[in-house]
Amino acid sequence: MADAAPPSKSRDLDKLLLRPGNLVGPTFDPGVQLRDDLQEYAKILVVGAGGLGCELLKDLALSGFKNLEVIDMDRIEVTNLNRQFLFRLEDVGKPKAEVAAKRVMERVSGVNIVPHFCRIEDKDIDFYSDFNIIALGLDSIEARSYINAVACSFLEYDSDNNPREETMKPMVDGGTEGFKGHARVIVPGVTPCFECTIWLFPPQVKFPLCTLAETPRNAAHCIEYAHLIKWDEVRSGKAFDPDNADHMKWVYDEAVKRAELFGIPGVTYSLTQGVVKNIIPAIASTNAIISAACALETLKIASAFSKTLSNYLTYNGVEGLHTKVTEFVKDKDCLVCGPGVLIELDTTVTLQEFIDMLEGHPKLLISKASITYHGKNLYMQAPPVLEEMTRSNLNLPLYDLMDKIPKDILHAIGTINKDNKKSSGLRKLRVDFKGIDGITDMDMAGGA
Amino acid sequence: MIKLFKVKEKQRETAENANGKAPVKKQSAGELRLHKDISELNLPKTCCISFPNGKDDLMNFDVSIQPDEGYYLGGTFLFSFQVSPIYPHEAPKVKCKTKVYHPNIDLEGNVCLNILREDWKPVLNINTIIYGLFHLFTEPNYEDPLNHDAAAVLRDNPKMFESNVRRAMAGGYVGHTFFPRCI
Repeated sequence: MADAAPPSKSRDLDKLLLRPGNLVGPTFDPGVQLRDDLQEYAKILVVGAGGLGCELLKDLALSGFKNLEVIDMDRIEVTNLNRQFLFRLEDVGKPKAEVAAKRVMERVSGVNIVPHFCRIEDKDIDFYSDFNIIALGLDSIEARSYINAVACSFLEYDSDNNPREETMKPMVDGGTEGFKGHARVIVPGVTPCFECTIWLFPPQVKFPLCTLAETPRNAAHCIEYAHLIKWDEVRSGKAFDPDNADHMKWVYDEAVKRAELFGIPGVTYSLTQGVVKNIIPAIASTNAIISAACALETLKIASAFSKTLSNYLTYNGVEGLHTKVTEFVKDKDCLVCGPGVLIELDTTVTLQEFIDMLEGHPKLLISKASITYHGKNLYMQAPPVLEEMTRSNLNLPLYDLMDKIPKDILHAIGTINKDNKKSSGLRKLRVDFKGIDGITDMDMAGGA
Repeated sequence: MIKLFKVKEKQRETAENANGKAPVKKQSAGELRLHKDISELNLPKTCCISFPNGKDDLMNFDVSIQPDEGYYLGGTFLFSFQVSPIYPHEAPKVKCKTKVYHPNIDLEGNVCLNILREDWKPVLNINTIIYGLFHLFTEPNYEDPLNHDAAAVLRDNPKMFESNVRRAMAGGYVGHTFFPRCI
């Protein structure tokens, strides 16, 4: 009997990509072309090379993606080694992104991973626009909010307020904390974006300053006292750096003194790090589960071999095992991913005329609007000091104030008068300037 | 979506997109919400807001408060506000820049106000914080203090507290601590 050829490395993937099925997505086109196209044309960015990032890189590389990039601003620490399996003791101190990229490339043939050792804010918007899908392995609300804003900024709507598919930049976001985790699929314009559901986060735990100062009752109070109050008293002027071991040791020593004074047990160095940096001990299996879900969704989005997660998976392994998928709904008024209201204007319209027009616009009815554009306050109705500083803009053409860009977004804040009820409102406006080629089109919304 | 990716890749080799517009860094949703709070500020004449970094940086501003009643009548107290990009999920960081003899404000400028920490809710805004700060001067509170000496004096000997406050505001010593003039 002739020896069978060794099983192809893409044997498992082939079962998904080369044949039709019953649960496939609407655009699924099985065949070798699909598998090859994934390798050649799909460019995925992994944000974070830590607990989730290491797993994601491994999973994506083994799922057939050949063009990956990873960005992480941190260096490897000893405490990472229990789960960030791409790193070894001798790697401590080196940039996570670089070591992770190197290790995966050593083990998976054909994959190319470009590491970026820097902050996500340091990259141009153009950098992010190159990728087809962004997979997030982040650890803070702030970072997620930033990437979400970047990805949603590519989204464009047509004149019927439908999102244009070719401008959608899907994201797969994973997060873990101890035995719990989540994985979600964000397709700007279709699913809720990160900002649409940000109100679901519970408030952060913060102790009253006076409790810390006068009546501490537990170890965390003692630590926060040292961190927030004692530090400024003794070492004022110097910013506390949670990544500086000397600073952390100083806080720990002060916390111990405080705890002894009040007879409170339980202050340890590792609790100090946990309270100061808001850390919850990480578990390798949670990270593996969530990253696997994320990598699978990335493969589904790219190839359509199965319907994607719709759209938020939660996992809880505290007692037994529980997962649930919830379909959250997009917020149509979302400031980040929503369409806003389309307004067509002539290039000669002044800022004052624009503000007056918003009052009568049937979809807006905003009176006394303040206008902001890309962080620049074009006109503020209040407070008086800002009104004075921005008054001179009122007579200028809005087109000039918007840097002569034919189509862009700005925001208006003012009083909304609807059904005889007044409320304050913040609205996203999509401004489209006509008449740039000299053809006047007085399509002002006042008459619409 | 792989077909879209292919099309995009082919397009890259040709012209830039028709608008020639490279997406620019947008404002965060937090900045927009802050913008709304600022434009809706309804401050009493005892409170005054200023923007040291100009009209385009709303995330860092100062508020000065001149109480018109109570122990601190006539003094001027400056507070710095630092707003985070994920506002209103996180409360602004507020510090008192004027050295003041007050049971709820320590000598480093930390302010003990519940809505700045454990009672902060995203539905609150800059206006409520400023009112809360104003209230600290009209009704200083000796329970849960940051400056326990001042709190003890307020509790046990309000007349002495009053004279300590006057002396501190005029520029002088209370105990071993010197307070620069702020009146």
